[in-house]
Amino acid sequence: MHLSAIEKSLLEGETGTAAKKAMEILVALGKIFHAQDMVEVSSAQIAGVSYQNIGDPGIEFLTHWVELDAAVRIPAFMNPAGIDRNQWKQMGFSESFAVKQLEIISLLQKMGIAPTLSCTPYHLGHTPTIHEHVAWSESSAVSYANSVLGARTNREGGPSALAAAITGRTPRFGLHLQENRRATHRIDVKCKLTHASEFGLIGYLVGKAVGNGIPYFCTLTLPEGEIDRTSALKTLGAAMAASGAVALYHVHDFTPELLEAPDAVISSDLPVVAIDSIEQAIASLRQQGTQLDLVALGCPHSSIEQIREIAEFIGDRTCKAKLWITTSAAVRTIAASSGLIDQLNHAGVNVIADTCMVVAPLQSLDIKYVGVDSAKAACYLPSHQGMTTYWGTTEQCIESAIEGQWKF
Amino acid sequence: MEVLTGRIIYAGKATGRVLASDKPIGFFGHVDPETGIIKDKEHPLLGESISGRVLVFPHAKGSTVGSYILYSLRKKNTAPAAIIIGECELIVAVGAIIAEIPTIDQIDISQLQTDDYVEIDGDTIRRA
Repeated sequence: MHLSAIEKSLLEGETGTAAKKAMEILVALGKIFHAQDMVEVSSAQIAGVSYQNIGDPGIEFLTHWVELDAAVRIPAFMNPAGIDRNQWKQMGFSESFAVKQLEIISLLQKMGIAPTLSCTPYHLGHTPTIHEHVAWSESSAVSYANSVLGARTNREGGPSALAAAITGRTPRFGLHLQENRRATHRIDVKCKLTHASEFGLIGYLVGKAVGNGIPYFCTLTLPEGEIDRTSALKTLGAAMAASGAVALYHVHDFTPELLEAPDAVISSDLPVVAIDSIEQAIASLRQQGTQLDLVALGCPHSSIEQIREIAEFIGDRTCKAKLWITTSAAVRTIAASSGLIDQLNHAGVNVIADTCMVVAPLQSLDIKYVGVDSAKAACYLPSHQGMTTYWGTTEQCIESAIEGQWKF
Repeated sequence: MEVLTGRIIYAGKATGRVLASDKPIGFFGHVDPETGIIKDKEHPLLGESISGRVLVFPHAKGSTVGSYILYSLRKKNTAPAAIIIGECELIVAVGAIIAEIPTIDQIDISQLQTDDYVEIDGDTIRRA
């Protein structure tokens, strides 16, 4: 593997043991994946934040890095955690879990990693542009960066993202290489979609069909408005990364890489996957029943525009069932400063930061029946959290929360 | 003395008795992070301790949290003395580097049997 002078000096420990260890990890990964050299990355999104996932061994691991004086050399930010840092007590999460979770966040902060605690760094000013290399980790953010922004990232794990943040580099393999970004399937969407959340259903079906392939949507009509279009793309990519392992997709007449050089990513002889209807996805993602403990919106994390639309749709009505909107602390602060949080609280809605329905330990809150507008969440909640889950459009979810029972 | 050569994942020297499996090993949830005892009920090595052994297996399986488990074992002095693996992947590579466990891959692991006494140095394995 070819290493630059700087990379060699990092590997030889001239800038400290942490950078040496980080470089050793990246060189090993490079060997395993047959990388020829390293590529510089402009930002890193750090996985392995939730205590529910990494547990005490994860805390020991991060403590070790802090003891080695590890420090990031590029902008680095955190994936969602298991709790809202400010509201965990009112929400009923246990103190023992919260203490451990806050310790993890604090260890990561000591290395210079920003506590964004979000799966949507692109709503927080981290918007890499076309051909820019980054090292992101959360699967929906990876999909968004590669596809909607045209940036280049593999799906990093906790330690590899941390090593990238410490060194500013990652081995050049996978989606960092142009030749690995070509579409593998042509997706012909034949049904008409009327709600942004329905794009998640398409994503669910396509992820199942293509696995870890690269779909090219040749007939997908995106919503006209900017807000709905972004919502649609977020939920589409998130679902494909949940039901399959899609990290990159192309959309005809829209995604930047395709607009720039179609021949570089599309071939004429791709196998075709036709999607005739979303009914099959609804049947898979909407379990039977009417009992409802929680409606959870904001997977991936909501933008300020999405929160405003939800508030407008609710109007002066009040929710009988719990309704959560999950987002980042930064977006929550903006919502608070414009009066939206007060308005939503008044309607019985809780805007929750730092976490989400997929990574928070929901079982500890005695929640069993959940309505969601995200196909990704509907994919994971039954298997990961043991919840009875109903998928509905954003509007159907809100109507159900207002009624206090699942209505669809 | 018989010699096998592989690819270095983490360089180091170690000696010890082999604990070999032709089945993949999951570290997270399947190896006790305190004792190093394998607790995967489906695994042929159920009940064996990997602590201080030269662990030989085809590849890791399961959660990437397995890397953290290897580090956790090192902290408790219950880590394997070395790892010899058919094809190394992310979980073992990261765990081995952080836990400083000498690790070699691209080895025909069928050449090594449980209780063989081996000496590891860099990319070389010598059987006594």
